[in-house]
Amino acid sequence: MGTIRPEQVAEAVYAGIRFAAVTLRADCARAIGDAHAAARDRGAQGREASVLDDILANAAIAKADDVPLCQDTGSVWACLEVGAHATVSGDALSLVDDAVARAYADGGLRRSIVADALFDRTNTQTNAPAFCEVRLSSDPVTKLHVMLKGGGSDNASRLVMLAPGDGREGVKRVVLDAVREKAANACPPLIVGVGVGGTFDKVAALSKRALLRPVGSPSASPEARAFEAELLEAIDASGIGPGALGGTCTALAVHLETAPCHIAALPVAVNMGCCAMRSASFALSDEDGQMLAHPVRMEEGCGDVR
Amino acid sequence: MSGDVRVALPEEAAILSTLEAGTKVLLSGVIYTMRDAGHARCLAYLREHGELPFGLAGQVLFYAGPTPERAGRPFGAIGPTTASRMDFAAPELYRAGIVSTIGKGKRSREVVDACRMCKATYLACVGGVAALLAERVVHATCVAWEDLGTEALWRIEVEDLSAFVEVDATGRDLYREIEASADPA
Repeated sequence: MGTIRPEQVAEAVYAGIRFAAVTLRADCARAIGDAHAAARDRGAQGREASVLDDILANAAIAKADDVPLCQDTGSVWACLEVGAHATVSGDALSLVDDAVARAYADGGLRRSIVADALFDRTNTQTNAPAFCEVRLSSDPVTKLHVMLKGGGSDNASRLVMLAPGDGREGVKRVVLDAVREKAANACPPLIVGVGVGGTFDKVAALSKRALLRPVGSPSASPEARAFEAELLEAIDASGIGPGALGGTCTALAVHLETAPCHIAALPVAVNMGCCAMRSASFALSDEDGQMLAHPVRMEEGCGDVR
Repeated sequence: MSGDVRVALPEEAAILSTLEAGTKVLLSGVIYTMRDAGHARCLAYLREHGELPFGLAGQVLFYAGPTPERAGRPFGAIGPTTASRMDFAAPELYRAGIVSTIGKGKRSREVVDACRMCKATYLACVGGVAALLAERVVHATCVAWEDLGTEALWRIEVEDLSAFVEVDATGRDLYREIEASADPA
């Protein structure tokens, strides 16, 4: 029902970067608004309400003036989710880096990528390359997800290979240790993405994709929902609070994604999402799988990316 | 908010050393941006010449890498980066005359000790509100290290930039106090 064209992908990447850099996700804005109202009702100390106020004021300025929400405009993650009837050619991602360079120049965004992590830390001056993945989906709609990931929150993330015997308590300990040790660096209130299962490499991807799920949308499984609530309660009991200046609202949500794994394994990954969590999703085809002339941004259309 | 302390920089920098951890400050005047790559260069200069470059003694450092000029303001967005990455250099810079640093997140014991011994402070600025903070920057001049892009040394003039005293000049540390008072998980 159509081949995914490199131009289409590039158009979505460009639009996604420009939009996400200056727009607080609607689900996050709602959750921060709710936290703000709750803080006021509790008569929370000045710092907690003041930081939540600042986050909402910041979002309004960024949108009105088309300026970035955060000075760290991130590394670009682009995920092409190939719909059931689409065909994808080897060059589908060939124009992504060009789109990244144009979006960062046109949007006045910060270039934060160096050429090589170890041997050549000179800035590429374009924010390219993007970090890309291609996934195949049984959904008829072909989608493109873009996430701008800040360095501070990514640095606060971790991956641990637990023993199966560590179980649920072990997973909880990994998440709470990461929050206690690193939340202050990750710009709370956080979205905490937790992946459990898969293999060493797959579990990190699970935790990252968990950040795409809209805050407030429940997990599909009741066990996951209950564990997410338990983790969120424990995280908020840390008292770290917004801006790590003390308070109740340390995280807006915990999003857990689980997967099958080896009998010997219990991989856990925690990917921290900051209070300026930036992502956008686009449909590249219609519900019948017909390719669209131009990508259409999906309202919090992060949905199911498994 | 009542209780906020206004400080004009650099002339009133000494006021910072009298404030308790947790106090909200509104900074006006001159501060300098410096982050990872700049710290390596600054430290190399200090070790070779025995003093800070560019007249930085008595000044305040903001750990920040801003975005380019935008919407008629010197920077579209500016905000704190993770301060602990600068811990390797901070004690030496405090001893050489930096009066305060601004960033986000927890500092090492060595940095807290250096604050106490030098009567210096570490201020926390809220991360993720960089469009709001950029409105507080009225002027910016690139002083050096232009080749570092966003990591260049900028002299910036701010008006009512808000921050909180995180580590005070007696060595009190707000983060550690928050941690200590948390419910045991």
